[in-house]
Amino acid sequence: MQRRDFLSAALGAGALSLLSPTLAVAAPAAGRYQRLLILIELKGGNDGLNTVIPHADPAYYALRPEIGIKPEGLIVLDEKSALHKSLEPLMPLWGGGEMAIMQGVGYPQPNLSHFRSIEIWDTASKSDEYLQQGWLTRVFKQYPAPQDFSADALVVGSADLGPVAGGARAIALQDPAAFNRNARLAQAMQTPGGGALAHVLKVERDIAQAARSIGTKTPTTRTLKTVFPDSGFGRTCKAACDTLASAPNIAVMRLTLGGFDTHQNQLGTHANLLKQFADGVVALQSALTELGRWDDALILSYSEFGRRPKQNQSAGTDHGTVAPHFAFGGGVQGGMYGHTPSLAELDDSGNLKHVIDFHSVYATVMERWWELPSEPLLGARFPSLGIV
Amino acid sequence: MLSRSFFGRAAACLLVGLGVLASSLVHAAVSGPMGPDDARHLLTRSGFAPTPDQIADYAKLSRSEAVDRILAGTRTAPVTAWPDELDDFVPYRIVRTMSEQQRRDANRVNTVRGVELRAWWLGEMLATPSPLTERMTLFWHNHFVSSQDKVRPASLMLQQNLTLREHATGNFAKLLTAASKDPAMLIYLDARNSRKAQPNENFAREVMELFTLGEGHYTERDIKEAARAFTGWDIDGENARFFFRANQHDTGVKEIFGKRGNFNGDDVLKLLLERRETAEFVSTKLWREFVSAQVNKAGVQQVAGVLRDAGYEIKPALRTLFLSDAFWAQDNRGALVKSPVDLVVGSLRSLEVDVPDPLPFVRTLRQMGQDLFAPPNVRGWPGGEWWINSSSLLDRKQFLDRLARADDPKRMAALRRVESGMSADSDVPMSREDLRRRAAIAVREMDVDLAGWSAELKPLGLNAERVLLPVTPVDTMVMADDNNARVRALLLDPAYQLK
Repeated sequence: MQRRDFLSAALGAGALSLLSPTLAVAAPAAGRYQRLLILIELKGGNDGLNTVIPHADPAYYALRPEIGIKPEGLIVLDEKSALHKSLEPLMPLWGGGEMAIMQGVGYPQPNLSHFRSIEIWDTASKSDEYLQQGWLTRVFKQYPAPQDFSADALVVGSADLGPVAGGARAIALQDPAAFNRNARLAQAMQTPGGGALAHVLKVERDIAQAARSIGTKTPTTRTLKTVFPDSGFGRTCKAACDTLASAPNIAVMRLTLGGFDTHQNQLGTHANLLKQFADGVVALQSALTELGRWDDALILSYSEFGRRPKQNQSAGTDHGTVAPHFAFGGGVQGGMYGHTPSLAELDDSGNLKHVIDFHSVYATVMERWWELPSEPLLGARFPSLGIV
Repeated sequence: MLSRSFFGRAAACLLVGLGVLASSLVHAAVSGPMGPDDARHLLTRSGFAPTPDQIADYAKLSRSEAVDRILAGTRTAPVTAWPDELDDFVPYRIVRTMSEQQRRDANRVNTVRGVELRAWWLGEMLATPSPLTERMTLFWHNHFVSSQDKVRPASLMLQQNLTLREHATGNFAKLLTAASKDPAMLIYLDARNSRKAQPNENFAREVMELFTLGEGHYTERDIKEAARAFTGWDIDGENARFFFRANQHDTGVKEIFGKRGNFNGDDVLKLLLERRETAEFVSTKLWREFVSAQVNKAGVQQVAGVLRDAGYEIKPALRTLFLSDAFWAQDNRGALVKSPVDLVVGSLRSLEVDVPDPLPFVRTLRQMGQDLFAPPNVRGWPGGEWWINSSSLLDRKQFLDRLARADDPKRMAALRRVESGMSADSDVPMSREDLRRRAAIAVREMDVDLAGWSAELKPLGLNAERVLLPVTPVDTMVMADDNNARVRALLLDPAYQLK
């Protein structure tokens, strides 16, 4: 019996409102994690300034004489911001109020190393703080998903577990049917001791549990009609949605689209990546709608950093700081959040200063999406955003 | 986890006689023949999992004799020949005149050459008489990372691999210079695109963060200034050799680590080698590679001291590491996760599988997350527990399961079907289709004889568990004899994932 069920039974439903606010919002775990979180990692550091473009600012074109997106390559959203034309497939979501743009997402004292910066994002640490567990792993440790869930999280498109590293029940796969076939080779065994062997045994147990549902065919398993794009990221989205069709009880999915480290000749590469991203999101929307999950799915993009406002000598961009990020979903309050960071006020390394701290995005997931207190898990109070 | 050799040693202590001081007993154990468990441990950790014969051979040596023999056997050049076409380099002036279509074709050929290159290195790992040389070459590949995904011409990746092997157990200072000026590296970290008007910081950052000092021991300003010093480093487009483009070099005064001067790239490397952190950083990585994921600060300091005192000669540092107490500690047996290369090459070597052409295993390694010549990013493969997640563990077990069932009649029938669809093959593969054909032949010609392998154990005084596992199996089995079923059970035991 869940704690809240017990309290309801003992005190009567009306008594709940008299309890402390924390308890009152701690919804039953199963219900809470029916609200699916889908993270899309844009790996390598997405060039935010060529994604959501400050088209009215002459400084933008001055800093990027070769790689600034020309007017004909823009979809103008308002007097300040425009989208890269490759993001055209997202326009119905924008028009329908199911797409939010968070501007200038970053953190104080930014680190320009890929690895350190993604570690900061993945563990939700401060810039000078080193944490071992992913931020979502900490959420699941404190507020576990129900035992009968297939997994806490599904990871597709990357071997790196990122925000669910360090102990969450995370299943990484490329194809759910192949996962299920091969799972017979894993055994659910217990043995005392720690270290590397304990890790292997834990993964064996996680596989055995997940394979009871993931990739199984039952009379109720849906075959998706959605046609997924024929691209690496399209296949990643398909694997995720096929998994969800056989195993709806998964709280988080993390999908990775790589290749954003555009140090040289970036225009074509970047346009192609953004198109893959947009087509993938549209396919996710279609499949999640088929599965009846679109209204309780929250899709968020993230990346280790944005890129330097000033283009480099190789018609590319070096490592930067902040970038805009997206939220999609039936429950999303569409629109623009934060504001374009100023190109006139760059930091010492010639980079943008953040407008929205990414910890606030995570606080939003915890508080508004899952109705959990965020302060103990994030170590400080970060205001949540109105995106959901 | 109970360790076999703990009991072995305890029994030996009793035999040697009571009343002798414990410390001299330990000493006796170290200077006498080390026995099969220590032999398996040393050979596996310093190279690849050994054959039963190698275990029996090394078991007669003392630990220091064995370490010295391994260090004396290192090489600077491969024993196997690579296919001639891997030397092909298309000069940039020709690339510049190519049409879109020609470029696409050239890219496809590069991809095919890349697969051949990977197969060649795997073959070298399987054939080498000095597994330590290949382990260290792979270690440096994961330290001075470059990826063919960005570099493209396979010939440049081959050249880098030969350079890393040449210095693999030589001198780190020379290695740092050679790896920094390596053409694949100049492309991978954009040094060749760095001009004095707009220096590219990529190489300057990574040489500090990943090659020498480690994070936190330099400032953003050091990086910017060092980037200026490296300007002018380029490649000769005719022959893909290092080339200093003097007119693109920034000759102004730079300030790096608080020192001012008209530094060039070589000066920056010297400054980096003068810093204490460099030997510590490299020694920490060696510790994680050979001893344990748990870094022992004092142990690392000792190795770093030897590395510095020996003027960055690598062998004295390795000797210290291999003869450290921590290397042999029972707690550290089975403490490391096998990399995909450890798992695949080690299994094929120790089970004495006859592999005329290792091409099929190129794909196996990629699936398990270790695509040679294409690490995931500039930091390389993180290693350790990262190797094992729900996806990669199943790939690893599938490989082992197939190996254990290699003489399964149904499987052989399936292979014959693949084979019957093949046409005559050319010597130089030009397409993925050619590679698929070659792989099908390779699988057919592979010879696995587990029954024969098991039969040779007893006369050597060994058994399958002792040869294959670093610790007792998790799955306790009742089968007493070494037969195929038992070997398969040992290969699929969770303990086999460790070394």
